[in-house]
Amino acid sequence: MSGERRLDRRGFITRGLAAASTALLGGCDDLSDQPWVRRVLDSAETLTRVTQRALLSPTALAREYSEADISPWFKPNGSTDPDDPDYKAHAEKGFADWKLVVGGLVESPLELSLAELRAMPSRTQITRHDCVEGWSCIGKWKGVPLKGLLDAARLKPDARYIVFYCADALGQTGTEADKYYESIGLPDAFHPQTILAYEMNDQVLPVPHGAPLRLRLERQLGYKMAKYVMRIEAVDQIAGIRGGRGGFWEDLGYEWYAGI
Amino acid sequence: MEKREVIYRHSGAVRLTHWVNALVLLVLLMSGLQIFNAHPGLYLGSKSNFNDPVLAMAATQDGDTIKGVTMVLGHSFDTTGVFGVVVDPDGGFEERGFPWSVTLPGHRDLATGRRWHFFFAWAFVLNGLAYLIWSLASGHLRRDLTPSGQELKHIGPSIWEHARLKFPKGEEAKRYNVLQKLTYLFVALVLLPLMLLTGLTMSPGMDAAFPFLLDLLGGRQTARTIHFIAASGIVIFVAVHLVMVLISGVWNNLRSMITGRYVIEPAEEKP
Repeated sequence: MSGERRLDRRGFITRGLAAASTALLGGCDDLSDQPWVRRVLDSAETLTRVTQRALLSPTALAREYSEADISPWFKPNGSTDPDDPDYKAHAEKGFADWKLVVGGLVESPLELSLAELRAMPSRTQITRHDCVEGWSCIGKWKGVPLKGLLDAARLKPDARYIVFYCADALGQTGTEADKYYESIGLPDAFHPQTILAYEMNDQVLPVPHGAPLRLRLERQLGYKMAKYVMRIEAVDQIAGIRGGRGGFWEDLGYEWYAGI
Repeated sequence: MEKREVIYRHSGAVRLTHWVNALVLLVLLMSGLQIFNAHPGLYLGSKSNFNDPVLAMAATQDGDTIKGVTMVLGHSFDTTGVFGVVVDPDGGFEERGFPWSVTLPGHRDLATGRRWHFFFAWAFVLNGLAYLIWSLASGHLRRDLTPSGQELKHIGPSIWEHARLKFPKGEEAKRYNVLQKLTYLFVALVLLPLMLLTGLTMSPGMDAAFPFLLDLLGGRQTARTIHFIAASGIVIFVAVHLVMVLISGVWNNLRSMITGRYVIEPAEEKP
């Protein structure tokens, strides 16, 4: 008798736990859609950003690896062959008459050809690329330090963010909003390893990896490192740009501060 | 014969941090599986050697059918419907690692999974710190969790008693037995801190701030693999813990972790 009662009790507990966990699971999915829950969860990003900024000195470098560590195959992700007609035309001519546009809150806007960018002081680094999905690849990058470009363009005092506009589109709406873009703060923009790379593994930067120019931002995740960079703009705030959260993936809910 | 006795077993701090930790670990586990599903493969070293994963879940074409395959250390297992691929009755299929029933959110949404994970990671750190500081300051760690030399010598008989599901009564039941002490110490001082350390090593920002993390844990991808293994360890611990709670007096155990009060059954008189 008592054995049967115990079984019943156990069955009751098991069913209770199952019901509770189902409610919890469904509940959590509903919770994810609640704006206030989203705000609470998103507050962790600020905590992470402030903490990491406090721990990270402005010049602390991401680890640099040796030639032997370079990935035999570097996984291209996101766009790998932009559809844009202007881009395709430039790609066919090897970006011979393509120019990078630097504007916004700068004293002297710039238009620079690949040859001019290559003539500027460069930095070469072998670094680890961490995708938000979880995988890592190691590659060798050569490019112009962003600091060099911003020094040449001379930022106005109210400039706070650097925005990168790209040739590729990942969205499906058929509007300008589909185009990739990214933004970074000034501490990252002036970091020594922040470069606009035109070479990868000693070759001209290939199209799947962002030809003619891609951003390298070695202390954050891969999605921050915009490929197919066409135009750079210095701005005082990102709220008015596209979705207002500072990047294509950010507008879809990913963190603007991608140091984690 | 001794009488039934009610003791005050768990302090308020232990009870509070215990339940916060239980909730936090559940959310971290489920949102962690959501993140894992974004790339269901684990590697050793700094980078991902895509051809040589330690563990990978994938969908593969086998003639006309799609199979879910899980590879562990070079061995392949057919895990259709559980890991790698889910197939609908009407022949549709979806590639994924773990079933969506155990992830948070319950559909593919890496961005939201990360939001849950990192918010609750902060809760985990703050709750864990509060527990550790309190345990050290109050003597809980030394008094209740550190086994004595005497206890360690008698670990053999204690394992034997556990294996026969015989639980101490009377005076002995007033404290944790040696296996409990060692297990709780291992979870609180090794497994959970390891989760934090390997989690931080996956952060490119933290790697730049503390490059020794990469050397300590054998590279970012090794850290990710250890994160997964340690999480599995916690799942196993919780499973055993729940079984023990159930069979050693579920109401008494639950009450003691809610109100603090625990009933000690009298020891059987020795003949």
